[in-house]
Amino acid sequence: MTLSEVVKVDGVAGNFSVTVKESPRYVDMEKCIACGACSEKCPKKVDSEYDAGTGKRKAIYVKYAQAVPLKYQIDAASCIRLQKPGACGFCEKVCDAGAINFDDKEKVHLINVGAVVLAPGFEVFDPKPAGVWGYGVHKNVITSLQLERYLSASGPTEGHLIRPSDGKAVNKVAFLQCVGSRDENLCGNGYCSSVCCMYAIKEAVIAKDHVPGLHTSIFYMDMRTHGKEFDQYLERAKEDAGVRFVRCRIAGVETDGESGDLRLRYVNENGRQIEEFYDMVVLSVGLQTPKHVLELAHTLDIKLTADNFAATSDFAPVQTSREGIYTCGAIAGPKDIPQSVVEGSAAAAAVADLLAPVRHELTSVATFPEEKDISQEEPRIGVFICHCGSNIAGVVDVKAVEEYAATLPDVVYVERNLFSCSQDTQEMIVKRIREQDLNRIVIAACTPRTHEPLFRETLKAAGLNEYLVEMANIRNHNSWVHSKDPQAATAKAKDLVRMAAAKVTFGDSLKPISVPITQKGLVIGGGVAGMTSALNLAKQGFEVHLVEKTDTLGGNALNLKHTWAGEHVPTQVAKLIDKVIWNDRIIIHKECVVTAVDGFVGNFRSTVTGKDGIAKVIEHGAGVVAIGGDAYIPSEYNYNSITRVVTAVQFDKLFELKEKHVKQAKRFVFIQCVGSRESDHMYCSKVCCTHSVQSAIALKKENPERNVYILYRDMRTYAQREALFKQARKLGVIFINYELHGKPKVTEVGNDIQVEVWDHVLHRPLQIAADMVILATAIRPKEDAADLGKLYKVPVDANGFFQEAHAKLRPVDFSTDGMFVAGLAHYPKPVEESVAQALAASARAATLLSKTQVSLDAVKATVDETYCDGCALCVDVCPYNAISLIEKGPAGADGKRAIQVNKAQCKGCGLCQGTCPKRGVYVSGFTMKQISAQIQAALAV
Amino acid sequence: MSFEPKIVAFCCNWCSYAAADLAGTARMQYPHNVRIIRVMCSGMVHPEFVMDALSQGADGVMVLG
Repeated sequence: MTLSEVVKVDGVAGNFSVTVKESPRYVDMEKCIACGACSEKCPKKVDSEYDAGTGKRKAIYVKYAQAVPLKYQIDAASCIRLQKPGACGFCEKVCDAGAINFDDKEKVHLINVGAVVLAPGFEVFDPKPAGVWGYGVHKNVITSLQLERYLSASGPTEGHLIRPSDGKAVNKVAFLQCVGSRDENLCGNGYCSSVCCMYAIKEAVIAKDHVPGLHTSIFYMDMRTHGKEFDQYLERAKEDAGVRFVRCRIAGVETDGESGDLRLRYVNENGRQIEEFYDMVVLSVGLQTPKHVLELAHTLDIKLTADNFAATSDFAPVQTSREGIYTCGAIAGPKDIPQSVVEGSAAAAAVADLLAPVRHELTSVATFPEEKDISQEEPRIGVFICHCGSNIAGVVDVKAVEEYAATLPDVVYVERNLFSCSQDTQEMIVKRIREQDLNRIVIAACTPRTHEPLFRETLKAAGLNEYLVEMANIRNHNSWVHSKDPQAATAKAKDLVRMAAAKVTFGDSLKPISVPITQKGLVIGGGVAGMTSALNLAKQGFEVHLVEKTDTLGGNALNLKHTWAGEHVPTQVAKLIDKVIWNDRIIIHKECVVTAVDGFVGNFRSTVTGKDGIAKVIEHGAGVVAIGGDAYIPSEYNYNSITRVVTAVQFDKLFELKEKHVKQAKRFVFIQCVGSRESDHMYCSKVCCTHSVQSAIALKKENPERNVYILYRDMRTYAQREALFKQARKLGVIFINYELHGKPKVTEVGNDIQVEVWDHVLHRPLQIAADMVILATAIRPKEDAADLGKLYKVPVDANGFFQEAHAKLRPVDFSTDGMFVAGLAHYPKPVEESVAQALAASARAATLLSKTQVSLDAVKATVDETYCDGCALCVDVCPYNAISLIEKGPAGADGKRAIQVNKAQCKGCGLCQGTCPKRGVYVSGFTMKQISAQIQAALAV
Repeated sequence: MSFEPKIVAFCCNWCSYAAADLAGTARMQYPHNVRIIRVMCSGMVHPEFVMDALSQGADGVMVLG
């Protein structure tokens, strides 16, 4: 449901009644084929929201080229016809599909659901009302979102970076960070938006790619690149791309005369007044909750934080204050894409927990007529040529193509359709297949990437195997790209139809492949992430084996006292352990490790060996790796020789026990980034800044007379944690920035610990006499992570953390199907992010475990035993480890060897086919014969 | 008549074939003498296909992936 909004939610968890208001689109979604004829004719131009006002759109439009669903809509406020009945109406006249409906009305839907997930997102801060840094006054001051559009090939300048004021090529760009974030004066948004540092760096690097020799400077307070592989990107931006980073706040942005140049004033790190000139200034605008979402939150009666984000618990990060209503994404705090995607799956897991008892109650199974055996039949090809309104027929002489197709070998029936994809044509094709006894089909229309699934269903409905259809892409690859040369387009359309017919002639009925699934889970690691994942799977109804290396559940969380939001960790962990222990479906294997693994998605067999050497084999359909991380034990800052130099974890214990040295101490120095963000460990441990700030606050609260210093590189109290940073400063905690080339020196002088650090304000070394020095030490991956990875054929990254399949799109999946990752094993992260990732992993695992079998596409590698001689060249190239070598014939005999393909692991990429010198293996649906026939047909005329 | 080369292009379903689709959506115009053959991965393209195409009269072969 698009153009729809929730007006009301009545009822309780498990039984909500949701009122949804659907605004009129004025375009029939069933009929619109997104040809764009309407938009071309529409005379009304308005600012494009998608282009952030840098470009124009029409009153009838799609939001952007990749919009889903790809259907046009009319913006009633701008439409001439809708504003004045009887006027204009051009779109209706040019729409061949008859999709325009000016009489469309608002509809109200009442939907009965068990749970609600809120994912309304954010809006960017608008700097215009406050005129931040001359935005809205100086044309060359733009927002980061506008820059994004200027840099895009589909943007208003087709990727050319030019000044909005005069179209001059841009040579110098300045990025100003924290616009609409960490700023309570201009916007009231005290929090950090979390994503702007990273996107500014990315935009600067991309802009430099677009404009050779471009100078880019980023003016910032703290560089917050705390995500996975972000610090490496930052270093590359500095070292390789040459992006300049200046730590300061700008004093002013003014225009310099009429030329449009912008003059920036600031005080640099040496205390000098600097003036620089730029062609363009980009404001890195922050994220905030839109007004309509605040109203929605009010309507739904869910609680918000002081920063206007949905309030959630760190141990239930996607659960709102109202039972049965969940969140994901930026509604619960500013966050980046990977974390939003993780939370999407986490919300699904939370919903599944609630609704597991009624799973599959509303599903229905599609039925198809019995499939006809065509193996003994001569090919009888039917060709259906689509006009696609005027999209194809307006350029290609479809009648000529029809006549030509009829002359092709084995083609027994040809027909033209106005829209081959419409419902009535589908029914007609089914009828024709039966009437004409067709056994191979060519659809000459658009792209198989969007429409092949539809036509496969059509074949199934006609009792033909779904793989006996081939599409000739005469729209996207022909009429649209050769619209100025109809003759050539017609000739090419004939060629494409000939190629498709040649290929389909050699098509076979392919059997659907399905693999049975063991509906049990395995979770490796009994920390917060592992337990959360196991508990969620168990609550969804699956048996779960939880393997823990030590003799206690709890993992690293046993060392923690409070989350950043102040929740008491020991209480929550104790509750979690209790729930896990008392859950009948969870089988706990303490003091056990995985020692061997066999099988594949849906059918793993993991051998778990205990301390006593006894091994058990566990059968499971999916697995979650949550083995956690280790605390780095430092050797720097004289940690080994000075007893009052302690790690953060040690300090927490001493502080909690009210140990007398801590109790009496008056002077504390925290040193950040110990073992993080340098040399071989170029990553941020993400939790240490917040942790030190919290400890500093506690020390100050206990005794305000204490001197507490935090020596940091970039204070990374990201998102709503910024409030803690502010509180610490208010309480008088002293923050001193140091750089990697001037790391603090820690020595013992009599009873004092002497800490020397370069002071950037005073421009001289500062000596701090301290009673205690606390090192914010890094989180390291587990040493045995890579070994475990090898067992499941899942990789670890350069730092030793497990590598997900895709950072943004598949943040908890491994590239090996059926295996998932959560918690510190993936990357350092705070409790609530671990919990979210653990829930996400179980949601992903449950998508497999909830089925008794998984059906796979039949496009898979197949062995031709006549030719395969077992040379095994393909075994090495297969990226999915789907091919193995087996002995043929009786054991011991001089057996012939051949390969075997595991269809569950095969993705049908055909690297084997491209490698095999003997035609011993082919991909069904793309056989050597089929492709050769296609090549021959392509060059036949 | 000037020389018109015939080009055979093997396009990966997941990237270059999708890019060719998008070129259509964006109505970008390009020469008409390319014939695209969809494959599930450019790694599927056997050297024999390239030889076949050239020996049967193609003036150029592109493997895009």
